[in-house]
Amino acid sequence: MEAHAHPHGEHPPTANVSSRVDARVLGMLLFIASEIMLFGSFFTAYFFIRVSGDDPWPLPPFHLPVFIAGVNTAILVTSSFTMHWALQSIKRGNRAGLQAGLVLTFFMGLTFLLTQVTEYARVGFAPHDGAFGTIFYCLTGLHGAHVFVGLTILLFVTIRAFRGHFSPEHHHGVEIGGIYWHFVDVMWIVVYSTVYIL
Amino acid sequence: MKNPLRSEAEAYRFLLGTIVYFGAIVLAAVVGGTWWGVGVFAVLTVVALFWFFQRDDLPPPPKTAPRQPSAEDETRILVIANETVGGVKLRELLRERSEGVREEVLVVTPALNSPLRTWTSDEDGARAAAQERLDASLSQLREAGINARGEVGDGDPLQAIEDALRTFGADEIVLSTHPEGRSNWLERGVVDGARNRFDVPITHVVVDLERESEEIR
Repeated sequence: MEAHAHPHGEHPPTANVSSRVDARVLGMLLFIASEIMLFGSFFTAYFFIRVSGDDPWPLPPFHLPVFIAGVNTAILVTSSFTMHWALQSIKRGNRAGLQAGLVLTFFMGLTFLLTQVTEYARVGFAPHDGAFGTIFYCLTGLHGAHVFVGLTILLFVTIRAFRGHFSPEHHHGVEIGGIYWHFVDVMWIVVYSTVYIL
Repeated sequence: MKNPLRSEAEAYRFLLGTIVYFGAIVLAAVVGGTWWGVGVFAVLTVVALFWFFQRDDLPPPPKTAPRQPSAEDETRILVIANETVGGVKLRELLRERSEGVREEVLVVTPALNSPLRTWTSDEDGARAAAQERLDASLSQLREAGINARGEVGDGDPLQAIEDALRTFGADEIVLSTHPEGRSNWLERGVVDGARNRFDVPITHVVVDLERESEEIR
């Protein structure tokens, strides 16, 4: 018959970790919140330029390659489908499906990025050509940087997939990478709709 | 707030929703002109926000069962009490439950805190106060001959129970509160909430500290 509390006298107390919010969920929530704020600041500048001036968009004599960017959008959206297929495959124990899905996603993402670089080379204006050029390159460049990060993540996930690191029970790396890739895709749909079409 | 990006599947559905949302706006703007686009944007935004805040698709928390069944002559009691942790009635109940068996009592005192302090992780004061109450209660239980240990738990009593049950296979949960009208936990439906959430017998003890102190005088 003994009563005792947990004394903290001899060593530091253990950290208080509540299970109310899972650490990975909280991390993803905070990360996405910070990303939304980052993109939000760029979109604020973009809409300010669009609304405050009477100039048409895009500024004459420049033209935005709407069709090429549309094809690029289709490629990126398709890469999200293959990413989803990859994850569904490993959940069902289909490793070949996982590997094929990841490789397809990676190459479609790479195609998107290379097409964007080509677009920059041929679009006919530079970031220093007024507010129009600056905000165009900032928004698309910021997104391009996210695609680059996503491709890096995908590369590591793909290598791990070929090394057999994932199973139907353990595929957290694919899951987190997939969330990031879909987020990048969502942001591009916003960028393409607002900057290129509307 | 519900995070719509908790898994790849949810992020994928979010992406599909985004395609539909922006596709409709762009289509309306291209076909009908700018104001049609603005109108569709406004309507879809209101619908999306309404759906997002109204939906209740989170699964109910699982009923948590004891992990290790006790021996026949052994009973494990989880006590959740905050200000009433030193109450005579609670102590008497525990002594009664301990008669004739090898008892093991875990007292969890939730670190009550304001929402603002909780969100800013400013919990040191609340935990220190809870620890003080717990220490005093444990020494009283020791005097009464009850084998008890204790810990400070999450500020939400239901969460504190769930956390404790993960490591302590309780045969019974004793929830101690102030009388009705003075108990914040009763007002929030903590006892009913615990009965719905946990697959462990729950005893509710009402401790009237004012009356107890009057009786002592």
